[in-house]
Amino acid sequence: MRLKRPSIPYIIWMAVFTFIPIALILYSAFTDSSGGFTLEPFTKAFGYFDVFLRSLWIAFISTLICLVLAYPIGYIMSRQKKSTQNILTMVIMIPMWMNFLLRIYAWITLLQSGGPIDTMLSLLGIHTTLIGNQGAVILGMVYEYLPFMVLPLYSVMAKIDNNLIEAAEDLGSNRLSVMRKVVFPLSIPGIVSGVTMVFVPSASTFLVAQYLGGVDDIMIGDVIDRIFWSDQNTGAAIALILMAAIFLFLIILNFFGDEEAIA
Amino acid sequence: MTTKNDVIVSLKDIFVQFDGEVILNHIDLDIKDKEFLTILGPSGCGKTTTLRIIGGFLEPEQGTVTFEGKKINGLPPYKRNVNTVFQKYSLFPHLNVFDNIAFGMKIKKVPKDEIKRRVKEMLAIVDLKGYEKRSVSKLSGGQQQRVAIARALVCDPKVLLLDEPLGALDLKLRKNMQWELKQIQQKTNTAFVYVTHDQEEALTMSDTVVVMNNGVIEQIGTPTDVYNEPVNAFVADFIGDANIINGTMLDDCRVRILGEELECVDKGFGQNMPIDVVIRPEDIEVVKPEEAVLKGEVTEVVFKGVHYEITVMCKGCEWIIHSTEGAKVGDKIGMKIIPFNIQIMNKMFLAEKNTFYADVVSADKEANTITVHVEDSEFEIEGQYFEPETKLAITLPPSALSIAGDGVGHLDDVYIESVIFKGEHNEIILESDKQKWLMQSDVDEQVATYVPLKFDFTKAEFRVMEGENET
Repeated sequence: MRLKRPSIPYIIWMAVFTFIPIALILYSAFTDSSGGFTLEPFTKAFGYFDVFLRSLWIAFISTLICLVLAYPIGYIMSRQKKSTQNILTMVIMIPMWMNFLLRIYAWITLLQSGGPIDTMLSLLGIHTTLIGNQGAVILGMVYEYLPFMVLPLYSVMAKIDNNLIEAAEDLGSNRLSVMRKVVFPLSIPGIVSGVTMVFVPSASTFLVAQYLGGVDDIMIGDVIDRIFWSDQNTGAAIALILMAAIFLFLIILNFFGDEEAIA
Repeated sequence: MTTKNDVIVSLKDIFVQFDGEVILNHIDLDIKDKEFLTILGPSGCGKTTTLRIIGGFLEPEQGTVTFEGKKINGLPPYKRNVNTVFQKYSLFPHLNVFDNIAFGMKIKKVPKDEIKRRVKEMLAIVDLKGYEKRSVSKLSGGQQQRVAIARALVCDPKVLLLDEPLGALDLKLRKNMQWELKQIQQKTNTAFVYVTHDQEEALTMSDTVVVMNNGVIEQIGTPTDVYNEPVNAFVADFIGDANIINGTMLDDCRVRILGEELECVDKGFGQNMPIDVVIRPEDIEVVKPEEAVLKGEVTEVVFKGVHYEITVMCKGCEWIIHSTEGAKVGDKIGMKIIPFNIQIMNKMFLAEKNTFYADVVSADKEANTITVHVEDSEFEIEGQYFEPETKLAITLPPSALSIAGDGVGHLDDVYIESVIFKGEHNEIILESDKQKWLMQSDVDEQVATYVPLKFDFTKAEFRVMEGENET
């Protein structure tokens, strides 16, 4: 096969920003600080197995909540007039224009003891800690990544021809079975891309858990962040394992998507 | 047992408007059991809206919809025993042929064996045996169309609604499908309500044709009726070729066209009434000039396969004749029409001139101009002087009206309701906010569009309205 000239910039791009960094991570993960081959980084990495599982679990729950919230939002948006659709897309996007850290700080202010939500709950007689637990981490994640679920769902659903919905109603479907038999199967590509766009970054995210979670709630992203400066090799090994896990997840997901789309 | 004459769906006084624009203007329509009824009309006449009301996708603002004697206003589509074949088929892309057809039965929880049997039967009816497992996206337009029909018919509806189902097919396929649809309708004994703008489709397939224009039903009848006895010039012009001529009904059975008195068979139009006359091209016999009252000169002859289309000029008026025998350009011929074939129709627009009322807003004596207010517009008229605040009645002949080619007219957004060629000119009926207008034009304008209307005030008559001020 002959390489086509226009693909050269792309190959250079891929080499500089994808293949070389991955090669460097691979190299680090299999060497010790002096540069000799060792599997020690991986044995050390397995010390963080519980953090690893927790990260995947939190990412899974966050993705699920995002999906449940985003699905009706996306559907309702897709059935509006074109002008209304544009305004609603805007509204979904606006929070994303603000800095990520700033939004997390906003949640700290809202959730901290003596903060507005806590005060309100106290007045109702509910005394609880809102921050420093897994729930707060999941809340932060859902808030952070919800737009990434809504937008792909909305764009797939907007393409569903209204005539198909009318045809289903015509054939005897009530609203529920229209959703179940027509809208849902046709929206699967949107679900797949939404889940990918939320699960992947939330599994590897950092800072959210550090700020909103307790000491025991740190996630694998935070571990990498902390460990990389002192022990680059172990950091690289963890990153590699995370990459492999995400890759596996994507394969499974795509398999699902294709199967459903054909059936 | 229901017989062929039982009314199954009945629309009474249906009124629909969108954004102030009237789509259906108080229509009444009865659909009988087991009949093939076609709603025929130009685009924008309200035919699809009528279908959506029967299907339950649209609620009329006024009026009642009854199904087998029960009022079904407000009943959602899934509770109506009516199925629709949509214009763009609307097959479910994620399901194969079998699942598309079985969709309705699965919802009604029909046992699996029965679903299988009925889908198979239906596929045989629509001539798609063995297509169960095919993906619908891999079917041709005609096949998709037939799946859509099968999907709707398998639910065993009392009425099948079809919204221009053949519009996207090519001519040959369309002809085949016309025949097949009629076969399917007879095999399944279901009432079909078929919407189309193609008059040929309507005539070939239907038991009943409903001709619509501008939100009203112009005529309901058998194909033979609407073709042979159109109620007005619009119907005559829309269905088939026709010579439509202005005439005067002198008395019962006596009509005058182009200055000649002819015998006809229609009665009851009164005396000296302006009427429209329609004569079908195949009803004119070419004879020697001395054998007929109407004489003319052949200007064009076109061979059309089955017949020749002969164009004849007769007293400044263009006639079309279909004849199996040709003629030569320049021949002087006579046009013989037997009284039975002269069809008399009431005029759609009774007045011969347009009269409208205008308020003088300001006037300039030196320049001899006035500015008047008409409907929602204000414009200047040159060569006239009236005191401000005078109320004027202005009368314009049809030839003083024109459509502003540059887009700047005296009245904007005037709706073209019909365009009918009357031998010499096109007679165009327009509708503005407050009234209808009759215009004469040599240009073929597009029906159902909005245009700017322009007046030629040099042909106008002005009359001051005294003591008739609006209060």
